[in-house]
Order: sequence, then structure tokens, then C-alpha cells
Amino acid sequence: MLNLLKLRWNHGYQAIPDIRKAELMVTHRGFPVINESECKDNCGECKDVCPTEAIEINPLSIDLGKCTFCGECERVCAAIKFTNECRSGSTSRNNLIVTSKNFSGLTSDVYRNRAIETRKEIHKMFGRSLKLRQVSAGGCNGCEMELSACGNVNFDMGRFGIDFAASPRHSDGIVITGPVSRNMAPALMDAYNSIPSPKIVIAAGACAISGGIFKESEYLNREFFEKIKIDLFIPGCPPHPITFINSLLDFLGR
Amino acid sequence: MSWVETKNLNVISLNDIQVLPLNDFRDELIKKIKGGKRLIQFFGNKETPGVFLYAVAADDNTSKLFITSCKFTDDKAYQSLTPEIPSVHLFEREFYEQFGIKPEGHPWLKPVRKGIEGINNDEPHYNFFSMTGEEIHEVGVGPIHAGIIEPGHFRFSCHGEKVYHLEIKLGFQHRGIENMFLNKNHKNVYLLNLSESIAGDSVIGHAGTYIRAMESLCNIAVSRRVKSIRTVMLELERIAMHLADLSGLSGDIAYLTGSSVFGALRTKIINATMSICGNRFGRGMMRLSGVNFDITPEIKCDLTALLNKLNDDVDLAAEVMFSSVSVLERFEKTGILEKETAMELGLVGLTARASGYAVDIRSDHPFDAYQYFPVYKLTLESGDVFARAYIRYIEIQQSIKIIMEILNNIPSGELSCNISSLQPDSMVISLTEGWRGEISHIVLTDSDGKIKRIKIKDPSFNNWLALSISVRGEGISDFPLCNKSYNLSYSGFDL
Repeated sequence: MLNLLKLRWNHGYQAIPDIRKAELMVTHRGFPVINESECKDNCGECKDVCPTEAIEINPLSIDLGKCTFCGECERVCAAIKFTNECRSGSTSRNNLIVTSKNFSGLTSDVYRNRAIETRKEIHKMFGRSLKLRQVSAGGCNGCEMELSACGNVNFDMGRFGIDFAASPRHSDGIVITGPVSRNMAPALMDAYNSIPSPKIVIAAGACAISGGIFKESEYLNREFFEKIKIDLFIPGCPPHPITFINSLLDFLGR
Repeated sequence: MSWVETKNLNVISLNDIQVLPLNDFRDELIKKIKGGKRLIQFFGNKETPGVFLYAVAADDNTSKLFITSCKFTDDKAYQSLTPEIPSVHLFEREFYEQFGIKPEGHPWLKPVRKGIEGINNDEPHYNFFSMTGEEIHEVGVGPIHAGIIEPGHFRFSCHGEKVYHLEIKLGFQHRGIENMFLNKNHKNVYLLNLSESIAGDSVIGHAGTYIRAMESLCNIAVSRRVKSIRTVMLELERIAMHLADLSGLSGDIAYLTGSSVFGALRTKIINATMSICGNRFGRGMMRLSGVNFDITPEIKCDLTALLNKLNDDVDLAAEVMFSSVSVLERFEKTGILEKETAMELGLVGLTARASGYAVDIRSDHPFDAYQYFPVYKLTLESGDVFARAYIRYIEIQQSIKIIMEILNNIPSGELSCNISSLQPDSMVISLTEGWRGEISHIVLTDSDGKIKRIKIKDPSFNNWLALSISVRGEGISDFPLCNKSYNLSYSGFDL
């Protein structure tokens, strides 16, 4: 009994007090900043080393929907710098493409204001309580573990009234991870159809957004994304829980 | 000499491997395995003309590996080995699925990753085993599960609460990873990224296995510093995942103290991983010919302090947990897996060790810094959920000691070196003890020095059947607990 009390005392209070203001350690590879003046002659080396073809040159841009944040481009070129900024979610696919012109040097608040559009009806409908059904469709267990971690004692997403539900029937939305393997495509569609309308659709991680590293695989079936509109894109490989929670709170207008 | 003898990470020429007549191959393999060697791999490779079948066996006492092969040109069938060697059962099914060569007399030749209803009409769809009888019922779960986990289908045949049989159907995650390695235009960074995504919870394990195979084929010797850093990262991954599992096991029996405390401790470890390489799962750490990030004196200092504290915290949490009657009541004598079964099925990793079967690549076939720091194999005898939970605790203690020892004496050396081309017509076997168990990658090169075949095996491939076996006779409500005590990878199995 004494040990139990000691354990409880040692455990202390682990939750991050203010998720909205939380900063990640400087080593974290998050939102990349592009400084085009450092890009001397459009040599294209950054584009060549990128494993997922996320980089375009002239003008230089990185597509966060494809980026796996491996940091290889940063090592070959001074024009690209990954920062510890983790608030990189977006409601539009196009806004995920980071260029020097639109976002470089701007604070994350400005990126956020542009990238995430808060809709009144979403705020009204889901702003106070949101239950999500997660479907892993070919995910490697990286995104899945980070989404699980959103509910743990450190991040405690439940404090915002946001939880993962066991049944799609109890859910207001779906969170998709993984590139959508051929064998999971029907189950994903079934899960989506089982969620009562109105519902939101979230794609978390590079694989879900663009196919990521598995884009060329012949065993994918990404028809789901041709039929269903994504409401919120959360980049990362995998997305950090703080990225996920903050993007969601921005989206809900909290 | 029917077998070519080699070691973990030694390169051998494909021409040296004997191609035995089918009957000799069968006799030799049976003799080898019945003589106490362990089956590591059994896989095919399509050549023109015909299909080669390779078998790899390990002698864990002498750190030796043995390879032999046979060739199928016109034959479309052979006499199954499974009745003689049960541990080959899944390999034979995989070989049949990939190359269409049938093992005649295989006791249960069902699909491995194909045959899911409603996906592809060309694949005959698989009908589950079904039991009949009064008051027998079936419970189907998945592919989508209640929690945030990967997909797979479980079908229970029950009488009342009691499980008579559990059939596990996987393949939902299949992304065709092995074939994706073969595109000759792919860059090293792409292939490395791909190896990190085989199983996202074993990033360092799989990326390290792949990289060491490639480095052997390139004839690159990395510095001892690189080896030490890689070993530290692998042990950090082991500690983090074992803590996550202890947290998950606690959650499954509604022991919330353990669930919170172990969960919070895991966060500290993966944050330490992030402080080294910028990602909580170790992505971006490994590179061909070295590592991308150093362990600086500051990081070493922080890590030492963190691990010292963690050692005390884990000891206290484990003492409270494993002395709680309500925990022991659920853990003890639940989901028992006997040692004989574990050996017969060729199980690996902590699952095998928790049943008293001492296999650990770190000491049997050492790689990286384990060549300089011998690892003592930890085993428990009872083979129940308790053993699989407790062995995680003692392995955490062991990993902390290993990291401390390495950090105290981290050699200097270059973090990377130049890459040369792969040796042509060669083969290398790379074995690693990931946190789940033995990860093995076998790479074969063609005459141009390009990869022509990569065979990947996650420890989950060996161990999924153990879950089926250990829930037999248990109440169905103990299934989540048994499942978590193995915590196997779906994507690592499905590839």
C-alpha cells in the first residue's frame, strides 16, 4: 500500500497544461521553412534525394502531404530548414504545399490562419464534443500509436471532449491512416458509410494523404479518396500527437 | 557438402549454394531440423527458367547459419515438409501463394495474405474452419477492431464462454513491400524509408536489419561508434515498446495505475529518442554507411540521468503491479504456451523466452555492439501472460544496463563512410533481435549487382499461431489480454 502511494506520488501530474501553447524540443522535425535566397542555381539536389517526390524546384516547394520528414533535403541544401513547429494541419490539399513566397518567415499563427479554415457549422455541430472512428488501412502502426498516444496521460485529448469511439455508429467522423491497401478498401468504405451524417473525414499521415512512401505500390486501392472529400489533412510520418490535437482544435474553432 | 556454412551478415556467393535434387533437399532439411537446428527462412525466388527454393537453418550454439536450395523447373508440386517439421507450415503456405508450387499433404494449406472475400475474384476466397455441434457459436472480429490498432480478422469457435479454436486471417495490410525494393531506379533514401515502414513500431529494428545486409553486400565496415549508437537506439526502442505493452496489458485488465504510469514512462523514452534523431520512433536515424545523428556528450549526460531515474521508477511500478492480487489473478495461468509447443512451432523472441525457449539473436548471432557486449539470455518457464509481462520488465532492466555500459565507453569514430556498389551474384542473411524477436532480411543480388530478391521476416510471422494456440480452452473475455501479451505486428506479417 505504501509503495502504491509512493508510486502515485512519483507519477505526479504528467499532462501538458496548455496544449495550445506547447512547444516541441528543437530537434523535432516539423514544419519546414524555405529560404529561396539560399537556393543558388536550382541544382535540384534536394529534389533528387527526396524519397517521396515531395519537392519541386523553380520555385522551390515542399508538399507536406507527401513529405515523410526524413530530413534528407535539409542535409543537402541550406534553403530548407525543418523547424520544431508542429502545427501543420490544413483543410485544403493545396495549402499543404509550402513555398518560399507564401509562408517562409511567417509565424506559425499565420500559416495556421491560412491553412485551416474553421467552418461555422462544424463549430456548432462538433465544437463541444467530437467522437472519432479510426481506420488503419495499410498503416505501419506508427500513425496508429501516435493517435493512441493522443488519449494518454500526457496529451489527454479527452479534456477537450474529443475521443476515439469503438463503433462507427457512435462516431461523428473518421480518421484514416495508411495508404489504403487493396485488401482494406471495402472495409474502409463500410466504416465510412456506417457513420451517421453529418460527418467529418480526416486523413492523418503522409500515407493517407498521398500514398506516401507506398504511392507506387500495386496493392493499393485509393478510390475512397476519389469519392469522398477530406475535411482535414494532418501531415507527418507519423503526425505528433500535438500536431493532431492542435489541428483538430483549430478545425473545430476552439 | 549439401549445406553452405555462413554467419550472420557474412556474404556468400550464390554459386556456392548447392542446388540439391528435391528428395535430397527434403531429407537434408528434415535431418537438420530434427538434429536440433532452427529454421530461419524458407523462401522462393523466380529465375529464368524455374523457381529456386532456399532454406536457411541456424545453429544457435555455434552462431552458424546453413543454407541449401533446390530447383523447380516443371514440377508444380512436392511432398510437404510440414508433417515432419511443423515450424515450416507457414513458409510452405507462403511459398505456394507466391509461386504456385503445391506442398502435397500440407495439413492446412490456406492463404497467407490473399483470399479475402470481395477483393479479387481471381483469388479463390477462403472459407473459415467451422465447428458444428449443439450450442456452438462463432464470433467474428475485425478487420477493423475496437481500438486504434491495425486491421486483421479473428474468428472464434466457442461453446459458451470457452474458446475451442481461434482462426486468424491476416493480409489486410498487404502493400507488396518486398516487390517495392526491386525497382532498380529507387534511391538509397527511398529504400531506407521503406524499410522503416515495414513495421512502424520496429523502425530501428527493421531499418537496422536492412542496412546491415546492404553494408555487408557493399563490403562497408562502419566504425565502432556507429555500431554503439545503433545499439543504443535499438535498446531504446525495446524499452519504449516494452513499457507501452506493460501499459497496454494494465489497461486490458482495468489496472489504471499501471496503464498511466507505464504510459508516462514510455513517453519519456520516446522523447529521448526524439532528442537524438528528431522523431519519436527513431525515423531518420539510420543511414546506409552510418547514422545521421551523433550521441553528443550532452545527450549522453541527459540519457544517463533519464535511465537512472527510469530504472528506479520501473522497479517501483513493477513491484506494485506484480504484487497486486487483482493483476496476478488475471495474468497467472492465462494463455499458457508450453515450451515444447514453442520449440515445435519455431517461435522467436520474448514469446519464446517467456516459455523457457532460450533464443536471442543478440547472444546467438551477435551484430553491432553486441559483438563486444555479450547479452545474457533471460528466460521464464511458465509461458503464461504473467511470464510475457514479467519478461518485459526484466528485459527493460537488462536494456538499461546495456545502454549504460555502452554510453560509459562509447568509442570515437566516423559517423558515416563512402558507399560502394553491391557485390554481384551474392546473398547475405541479416538477423536482428528486435523488441518482438528475430527480424531477418535476406538479400540476393543479380549479376549487375542489383537487388533481385529481398525476403523479409518479422518475428510476428513466426508468432501469430502462438496466439491461436494459447487462447484454446480460455474464456473469450481473456482474448484481448492474451493478444496484448504477444502484441504482434499486422503490417510486419502482411508486408
